[in-house]
Parts: sequence; C-alpha cells; structure tokens
Amino acid sequence: MRYGLLVKGAPYSSQAAHSALRFASALLARGHRLERVFFYHDGVFNAARLAAPPQDEPHLYDAWCALNAKHGTQLQVCIAAALRRGMLDAREADRHGKSGHCVEPPFELTGLGQLIDLGQEVDRLVTFAP
Amino acid sequence: MTTPVPVEGDLLVILRHSPHGSSWLREGLDAALVAAAFGQSVTLLFMANGVLALAKGQQAGPLGQKGTAATMDMLAMYDIESLFVANDALAEFGLAQQDLMLPAAGLEAEAIAELMAGHRQILTF
Repeated sequence: MRYGLLVKGAPYSSQAAHSALRFASALLARGHRLERVFFYHDGVFNAARLAAPPQDEPHLYDAWCALNAKHGTQLQVCIAAALRRGMLDAREADRHGKSGHCVEPPFELTGLGQLIDLGQEVDRLVTFAP
Repeated sequence: MTTPVPVEGDLLVILRHSPHGSSWLREGLDAALVAAAFGQSVTLLFMANGVLALAKGQQAGPLGQKGTAATMDMLAMYDIESLFVANDALAEFGLAQQDLMLPAAGLEAEAIAELMAGHRQILTF
C-alpha cells in the first residue's frame, strides 16, 4: 500500500513525531511504500536543521533525513505555517532579508496544496498530532 | 431541531478549537480552502470548542490576532457550503441557530458517525 503521513506536532514537545517515525519504519518493514511526509502546524519545527538533542535521545531530524535517503520519502513543509514560525530556507531567508536559514534539503518548503494532493495520491493518509 | 441526512464528499474537515488562543482553527480553515480550490468537495464539521468559530459578532483579538471571522466569510466564495455543527457542543456553550454567523445544520452523535463514514478523507484540527 502507498502511505502518506501528516505530522502536526513539534519535535520533543509531543509524541507526534516519535510515533510517526515508528509508524513509518513499521509500514516500510511490512513492504509498504511511504511516499511523503507533510509537516503542518507546529510539525514544521521537525525541519529545523540545527536541532541538537542530547545524545541519549532519538535524533528526530536525522531520522527524517534517513527516511528520505533510504526510502526516497519526500519531506514537505507547509510554507505558510513555516514562515510565520521562523522556519526559512535559504531562498526565503534571502527574500525576507534574514541572515540565516534553518530549512534545507531533503526538507522542502511547499504549499498546502501538496497536502491535499497527497491525500488524493496515496491509499492511506495518517495524521500524527499532539 | 431535526437532524438532516448527512452529505457525502471528498474531504471532511473537523474543527475542534476556538478562534483565539491557538492557530488550530485558522490552519484548519486554510486546509479546507486549499482543498476546495483544488476542486474537492469539502464539508466542515464544528465540534467541541470549534463551534465558537460560528458565533456572531467576533472581532480581532486584543493581542493582535486576526481571528477567523473573515475566513469564515470566504467559505461561500470557495463553494464550501456544507456546514455541520455538533448539537451537544452548541448546547454546552448556550448557543442557538440564531447566534450563528453562517447556517450550519445541527447533528446528533449518531449522525456525526454517518457524516464521517460518507467522506473519503478526514482532517482534524
């Protein structure tokens, strides 16, 4: 089956991202395909490239990147939700005159339309919210 | 109030948060508008604190929040006219149909289950 995930919880603030990653590995282990993870609401903070959790805790950012590297899962972040929370990629930082950026590939800023598109494209779209 | 027959559609957006205090309602309405703009038939269901989104006479919050009343006014423009509200939540807040800014059909719990079953996809905010 083809799956999509919608993550609406910030990393380490709620269980949403942890659960989403475990669900992702379980479905991949069963031979299903994970097309895309869409980050919305406070879930956009999962795309913060500067995340530096203590070494004895799961590194959620690295886990998302590994999902992309190993399985080709797209990591898409709602641009409107991201910008107002200070989550800019290099292009948006330049456009808004900011000196740094915290979103970079494999995460990409994209429109909310991609979430709607994902819902139509996959067999199951599963939400992980706080 | 008689319970109407629940409709079917592509996407049911369930709104459970009030206009101020968090961005859940606003971001949920945004998702509904985008889905409608993509040509999906969208139904909204206001439950729990979300029924406050329908209350008349809202203003911008004193903290500078824009609120959601203006977005609610845009729903018709996006052809989102299938609006439902949970009767128990209306009663909890002492709201009646005449207190609502848009016409929303009241649903009892069993009808809500039917409404959910009639949609291919559900997003909850």
